[in-house]
Amino acid sequence: MTQESSCCNGAIGSDNVLNMYPEKRKLLKEYIDVLPIGDDRNFNKGFLIQTLHKAQEIYGFLPESVQLFVADQLKLHVSAVYGVISFYSYFTDKPTGKYKINICTGTACFVRGAGRLVEEFERYLGIKEGETTEDKKFSLGGLRCVGACSLAPVVMVNDKVYGKVTTKMVPEIINDCE
Amino acid sequence: MIKTNKDLLQYYNKITKESSKNDLEIIVSMGTCGIAAGTTPVLDELKKGIQEKGLSNKVTITESGCMGLCHSEPSIEVIDHKASKSIVYGDVKPEHALDILSNGVNPINGPTLINRTWYYPEDESKKENCPQARVVLRNTGRINPESIEQYIMQKGYQALGKTLCEMSPDDVVKSIMDSGLRGRGGGGFPTGKKWSLAKAVSADQKYVLCNADEGDPGAFMDRAVLEGDPHAVIEAMAIAGYAIGATKGGIYIRAEYPLAIKRLQIALNQAREMGFLGKNIFGSAFDFDIEIKYGAGAFVCGEETALIHSIEGMRGEPSFKPPFPAVAGLWAKPTIVNNVETYANIPAIIRKGADWFKTIGTPNSPGTKVFALAGKIKKVGLVEVPMGTTLGDMIFKIGEGIRNDREFKAVQTGGPSGGCITAKSIDTPIDYDSLRALGSMMGSGGMIVMDEDDCMVNIAKYFLEFTLDESCGKCTPCRIGNTRLYEMLDDITKGRGTQQTLFKLRDLAHVIKDTSLCGLGQSSPNPVLSTLANFIDEYEVHIYEKKCPAGVCRELIQYTIEADKCTGCTLCARNCPVSCISGERKQPHVIDQSKCIKCGVCYEACKFHAITKN
Ligand SMILES: Cc1cc2nc3c(=O)[nH]c(=O)nc-3n(C[C@H](O)[C@H](O)[C@H](O)COP(=O)(O)O)c2cc1C
Ligand code: FES
Repeated sequence: MTQESSCCNGAIGSDNVLNMYPEKRKLLKEYIDVLPIGDDRNFNKGFLIQTLHKAQEIYGFLPESVQLFVADQLKLHVSAVYGVISFYSYFTDKPTGKYKINICTGTACFVRGAGRLVEEFERYLGIKEGETTEDKKFSLGGLRCVGACSLAPVVMVNDKVYGKVTTKMVPEIINDCE
Repeated sequence: MIKTNKDLLQYYNKITKESSKNDLEIIVSMGTCGIAAGTTPVLDELKKGIQEKGLSNKVTITESGCMGLCHSEPSIEVIDHKASKSIVYGDVKPEHALDILSNGVNPINGPTLINRTWYYPEDESKKENCPQARVVLRNTGRINPESIEQYIMQKGYQALGKTLCEMSPDDVVKSIMDSGLRGRGGGGFPTGKKWSLAKAVSADQKYVLCNADEGDPGAFMDRAVLEGDPHAVIEAMAIAGYAIGATKGGIYIRAEYPLAIKRLQIALNQAREMGFLGKNIFGSAFDFDIEIKYGAGAFVCGEETALIHSIEGMRGEPSFKPPFPAVAGLWAKPTIVNNVETYANIPAIIRKGADWFKTIGTPNSPGTKVFALAGKIKKVGLVEVPMGTTLGDMIFKIGEGIRNDREFKAVQTGGPSGGCITAKSIDTPIDYDSLRALGSMMGSGGMIVMDEDDCMVNIAKYFLEFTLDESCGKCTPCRIGNTRLYEMLDDITKGRGTQQTLFKLRDLAHVIKDTSLCGLGQSSPNPVLSTLANFIDEYEVHIYEKKCPAGVCRELIQYTIEADKCTGCTLCARNCPVSCISGERKQPHVIDQSKCIKCGVCYEACKFHAITKN
């Protein structure tokens, strides 16, 4: 592990997101700069997940250029970074819509009809779960238990929680986003 | 800064005496569920009322964590400290605020009056008609989790003071061992034994970790504790650190719990300021501090070895045990991993002693267990009962039975790793060993109640879909085996199952159970095996009659309109999302079966029960 060389010095990736937003890059750099990064890769790895959380908070997603940047800063191989991103469902390397519609598919919501809600949202927006509309306005996803099981079935739009949702409320919820 | 045990007691006496609380206190339940149900406007209205009526030196508002009354949020408790009286309201609306302020503990019309079904074993003796005993939740829903003073007023950090000033590490381990406390994260491993294993290994660094990953979908006990009483977990982790000889701790928490994270951060800072974390705690030679580590949405990271890999910044894949984390865990150093609820028991055990703890619960499973009761139950909520309480009492006494007066069918415990328990076992006392004997498991405390409208084959399929999604892919039985299991269940729910499918299903389930690498794979077939054992008739009807008795599996049902009952009100046609219902006004309608997506909207919309499902 310790022998692998940092091959990504200077590489910028196939997208240009990193250089497009210098102010975002600055924020991320400031966050990383205060971490006690050393020469021990294994030690540095301990800061990877929190750094990725920060990067996704800043950029909304984790494009290749940002992955390379993080790898470079933490002195890790980019494969280690990508391996972590692809493992955890919280991280995404695809841009998401302005409104992230997440339907809770926890057990409590499932037995109270969450499956039907997923289908109705898919039908209404014309996209499948995990996809984003062409105009980048809505993305549709699933979520496991937000802890509001008494309000099952639950739908979250960004940070807003809708409880006791019925298929009839789907158009209302979409209109609420405008 | 608190430097000695005496300092703490003096401070405790001082703030208790000078308590800024007025005679009337209103506790507002501000957990995630309460906020989602609309507690904030109620709180605002109460604050406004206090301002306008000039009551600020008569009434105190306390924003607490979850009271457990999720079924009736927004909920509040009004306490008259002078008269030692209190009243709990549910379904409070902002317009009730002024009325509540002027009536105090005298009941008003409007909000629902809540029957208190719990008592606090640490401060009071068992009460009639109180099946719930709150040890873990002793502060949750009673104090402001963002105030360390309020925690100290509940005897907070006295247990840490006692361990550091009066007990040796061996005493602490012995005390936890004697209490019989078993891990609340699912496995039920004796906590004292885990600590003594880690203590016995000598190393230059050891770690104390708290598992707050709470992966079971439909369970929210750990979230409630962290949102309602974060200091209890911090205090317990410091005690554990002293016991095993660790100076560093970490809390691994799901990123999906922003409110719990925020309250933990506040609590950690307060504990550092007061000197309960940091160097030379209570003037002793003991140093300890805690860091928060974030999960990123992987169920398997709840498994302790995967959790450790995740903290190390790797993919959260589990590894083979032994070596156990107590011997070689985080960064290959001795590490204990305990669940949030396990920790929340520790301060009470140290304060009151192991013998007191053993008076609650059963001999093999002392203490209490917190459950998140959800699903088709009337009173969805957080409950804490002594071990040994029967399932029937949980569901019918505390949960008040099934919603809409449907028939109870089964309850799923242990989430995707557990199994279902049916009406015939309803008198089983809840403890680790009895649940395992029933083919289920205690799990972390999620309890999903199902009624006659739930298809058990479909439930098994749901849990397998979950497992498939969450399997890390490291071992073949779990990765491939569960995929095949899922396909077989899918076949059965779609009318393609045969007798062969049933045999293969059972065989493969056993193979996966026996050969998977970690607990995720080893337990993933449990929902299949337990539904097979209890509901074989449902499987058979799906296979041989191509029907779904509960009317859930789409391919096996059909909606039709009974012409003689249909009044032609057009309600169904107007509600149908695919416009497949036609008919003139006041004439019987018909469903175009070729276009019907079987969503059931018409079935629910019809006021005349003219639509049948079979
Ligand atoms: C697949 C899987 C998921 C688990 N998820 C959790 C979890 O979400 N929370 C938890 O506390 N323990 C979970 N556990 C159990 C942990 O591995 C570990 O036993 C536990 O944290 C130990 O703490 P305890 O002894 O206090 O229960 C899980 C185990 C497995 C196999
Ligand atoms: S299962 Fe949906 S909020 Fe808990």
